[in-house]
Amino acid sequence: MSSYVNSSIEEAKNLADYKGVLILGEQRDGKIGAITFELLTWGRGIADTLGCELSCVLLGDEIENMQEVILRGADKVFFIKAPIFKDFLPQPYSNAITRLVNEEKPEIIISGATTTGRTVMPLVAAKTNTGLTADCTELTIDPDTKLLLQTRPAIGGNIMATIKTPSTRPQMSTVRPRSAKQAPINTSRTGEIIVKKYEGATILTVEKFLEFIKDTTQAVSIEEADIIVAGGKGMKNAQGFKLVEELAEVMGAAVGSSRDAVELGWATYPHQVGLSGKTVSPKLMIALGIAGKIQFLAGMQTSDVIVAVNKDPEAQIFKVADFGIVGDVFEVVPMLIETVKKMKAKA
Amino acid sequence: MLKIIVLVKQVPGTDSVKLDPITGVMVRTGKDTIINPLDENGLAEAIRIKNAYPDVTITVVSMGPPSAMRAIKEAISMGADDGVLVSGREFAGSDTIATAKVIAAAIKKTGTFDMVICGERATDGETGQTAAMIAHYLKIPAQTYVSGLEIIEDGVIVRRTVESGFERVQVPFPVLVSVNKDISDTGFPTLSGKLKAKQVQVPTWANAELGLDTSELGLMGSPTRVVKIFSPKLSRDTIMAKANGTMKPIDELMAFLVEKDVL
Repeated sequence: MSSYVNSSIEEAKNLADYKGVLILGEQRDGKIGAITFELLTWGRGIADTLGCELSCVLLGDEIENMQEVILRGADKVFFIKAPIFKDFLPQPYSNAITRLVNEEKPEIIISGATTTGRTVMPLVAAKTNTGLTADCTELTIDPDTKLLLQTRPAIGGNIMATIKTPSTRPQMSTVRPRSAKQAPINTSRTGEIIVKKYEGATILTVEKFLEFIKDTTQAVSIEEADIIVAGGKGMKNAQGFKLVEELAEVMGAAVGSSRDAVELGWATYPHQVGLSGKTVSPKLMIALGIAGKIQFLAGMQTSDVIVAVNKDPEAQIFKVADFGIVGDVFEVVPMLIETVKKMKAKA
Repeated sequence: MLKIIVLVKQVPGTDSVKLDPITGVMVRTGKDTIINPLDENGLAEAIRIKNAYPDVTITVVSMGPPSAMRAIKEAISMGADDGVLVSGREFAGSDTIATAKVIAAAIKKTGTFDMVICGERATDGETGQTAAMIAHYLKIPAQTYVSGLEIIEDGVIVRRTVESGFERVQVPFPVLVSVNKDISDTGFPTLSGKLKAKQVQVPTWANAELGLDTSELGLMGSPTRVVKIFSPKLSRDTIMAKANGTMKPIDELMAFLVEKDVL
């Protein structure tokens, strides 16, 4: 630990003025996203440890059912309302959140490590001249200093680092989607919804949102999926890769892919798991015909349960697997599909 | 006339990165280094634009140890025009905020520009947050996770790949875009590019050239501190089964998944 004090930043802010935990909720088309409810779980835990309030900020034009955010754990909801906030734009979003931060002075801000969170949080951190820790998998409070201890994987999950922001406020983190359960509804909870109508420079932007195009090739996105069925070179060809899609479909899972399979054209890039693709952490990852290069393992080794099927008993993938089947994917996967189908039919 | 700045970061070619056990700061001394793969996609996109439009120049900016000069020369051999290496002991230990301030200062020093392109994250630190911070210090808009880029009159229309689809956003120049792999296929060094890389003088700028307040540099200018580093438990207690034409391994697997409550 460094004993050094960052005077230039510290003198600018009175740290004790900053109180409470703020989470950054997300919405699309006015519907509150699941990440918001996961953040309530993270935020409630920390707010209870510190004995402080938990607030949630939502930006939008019209948002449905904000009361649910309170029933799931927030004490306050700040609804920053204007037509410009209907869709995500980095400039007005970061300006409005920064303004809220300056008004409300939260001690801690947590957002999802989503494309939105990972864009707006760096901007807010830079605007408020404070620290930001990306992609945390664990957040705790130091019992002595009451500082937020932020733990994140680095270098493809080969190293874990615990990071703190000692002398600036707020302390800011993004957390991986699906790394916490959604906070449950408690109908007896009460709280306050505060509408913030910002005008002037806060809502001015040179950015112009044109359109959102839903990705129809992807029923479930791999960052949000509970289960991912991923295929690699061992699926032999595009026809073989269809088995991966078929198992994913019967399991209600998202389709993942190794880099090889994307480069061979069997799957598209949004499905790619790994260092140059996406880092995922589902409840269940099923890796089919994937050897397990470090680049792939780095993108998925924090999954809760990992199952691997590969014909090579020495394949690296088995080193991170909880359950491994050594065998031909073209024998094992069809049997698996039939078994899951029967199970679903019974249920 | 369009001036594009491409940011490249030199990263370890393998996962053999060392961390200083005392400060927890990454030490990049390995000889096996590459250009961060997503930066290479960004470079390829800049080269595509250069080939499609008249009067486009590409300046590569890289911050890192003196050996990062190799990454800049490689980028020039692939089609960039010139470059700047930002390097100095005073920058060591910088977190993303401190790094972004330094890179932004270097970009400003190169003169006026229209667009900054970089990968959405690097394969070593994997924070993916430096790009947007640089845009802040340059006082220009940032568009992230960009998978498609169309040059229009005085600006760009970007396609951002987000969780459930794609967003199209129009932004005027100057703008920073951070890109993913879909933006462009990476290129190769050309013979003329290699010759150029040998001839072009790439300056190295330390803080003597950038003139930032020393309190903004390195650990001093970094709001975050690494408290500790540790190795996660990587190996799991693997249950192994062998496919033998019967349902037995499948049934065992299903029983395991039911027990783990992940179905």
